[in-house]
Amino acid sequence: MSEFRMPALGADMEAGTLAEWHVKVGDRVKSGDIVAVVETQKGAIEVEIFLDGVVSELLVGEGQRVPVGTVLAEVNGTGAAQPAPAPPIAVAETVAGAPPAPPAPQPSQQAAEPVLSRALATPSGPPAPAGARLRVTPAARRRAAAIHVELSNLKGTGVDGAIRLADVEAAARRPAPAPPAKKGLDLAEMRKAIAAAMARSKREIPHYYLAETVDLSPAMEWLERFNLERPPPERILPAVLFLKASALALREWPQFNGAYENGAFTAAPAVHVGWAIALRGGGLIAPAIRDADQRPLSDLMAAMRDLVERARRGGLRSSELTSPTVTVTNVGDRGAETVTGIIYPPQVALVGFGRAALRPWVVDGRVEPRMLVSLSLAADHRVTDGHIGGLFLASIARRLQEPKSL
Amino acid sequence: MTDAEIRALILQLICDIAPEADPATARDQDDIREAFDLDSMDFVNLVTAIHKRTKINIPESDYNKIFVLKNAVAYLRDALTRV
Repeated sequence: MSEFRMPALGADMEAGTLAEWHVKVGDRVKSGDIVAVVETQKGAIEVEIFLDGVVSELLVGEGQRVPVGTVLAEVNGTGAAQPAPAPPIAVAETVAGAPPAPPAPQPSQQAAEPVLSRALATPSGPPAPAGARLRVTPAARRRAAAIHVELSNLKGTGVDGAIRLADVEAAARRPAPAPPAKKGLDLAEMRKAIAAAMARSKREIPHYYLAETVDLSPAMEWLERFNLERPPPERILPAVLFLKASALALREWPQFNGAYENGAFTAAPAVHVGWAIALRGGGLIAPAIRDADQRPLSDLMAAMRDLVERARRGGLRSSELTSPTVTVTNVGDRGAETVTGIIYPPQVALVGFGRAALRPWVVDGRVEPRMLVSLSLAADHRVTDGHIGGLFLASIARRLQEPKSL
Repeated sequence: MTDAEIRALILQLICDIAPEADPATARDQDDIREAFDLDSMDFVNLVTAIHKRTKINIPESDYNKIFVLKNAVAYLRDALTRV
């Protein structure tokens, strides 16, 4: 028996609402299947399972809000076919007044105690009247206290209606009532999530910042020729060059690609770039473009187009939110000149590209109009220093001078 | 297509890309990127959608000719006569 748990879909996520099941008891599932939609502060996310087997029980009902780590379903089968995408963003932020969240789930993880008190949606019978003395076995009382089950809501099945341990266990497995799942994006909730993650970042991560002006002219001239030969659906944006140059530089400098957790940095085995996407009306999300260092430009453009559309329409997948190993942001052609980023914990770096614009630049002793962009780095001083950060930025800049190599 | 039909088509394609856009608020002199909060990805998607619907292939060097709504209508009107 394996357990499918509420995943942590960001540094800022404490709980999620199970908006919709895509499977029912008896359905066969395989690793990578989308089995549910979870409503988070950052919108509705399609959640994948990383188990093979048959769904034996759905433990949380649609519309129910539960903490990260709560067992949502049980699956009979071969157990974990493969590990879930490593969630570098695994430590849920605890905000003032909120209950602590359990660690991020792993497929093989044993059941964690539910944190929120469970009110009972479907008690097995009428609850004890107010003021009546409850008959409860000691084991049941201890267990109820441990997992926050309200005894007065239970009907005992023991002698003279005594509440037994089995009654408490059964109650704990029943879904708690919750407000109906809210579809769509709640910008106020997203703002809270961003605030929690960014406050944690500023509180915990000793940032340092570097910036460099990059002559984009070679890249833009190459891109113009590339796009000239292609119809609109096959054209690529300058942002794709920024993404690929950053990803290749991250492969060269792995100190900026990974997670800092429990007092140590762990370099990620792959470059999964979290691409920052601004949402209409406000809000921001940075889903992963996986293996960005290994994919051709046209493939990255397609991935970026798909992610932007799904981020704004709704339909991102859980693995896309848990797998970024670094973040790259590009403010685009209507944005500001420079970006001073805030690292998304537990990542250790954020690469920023400002607005590219034609500006005066000295080339071979002469001032010429060149397309320039401000390239910036926000990095974690617990892991790297400014010297190596400068070399990393220089690596990105050099790659943008050689667009054919991207 | 008449200018009014071209204008309606452009606004419809913008609404497909940015569903919260209100075409009733569009003014001919507006920069559509500003009026409808279109970023560079939205804009290339608009050019792609125009290509799909009209077969007009707008080169990158002409993008600045369709930033303003009335200019976009004029550009497409002229291009349609050549398709």
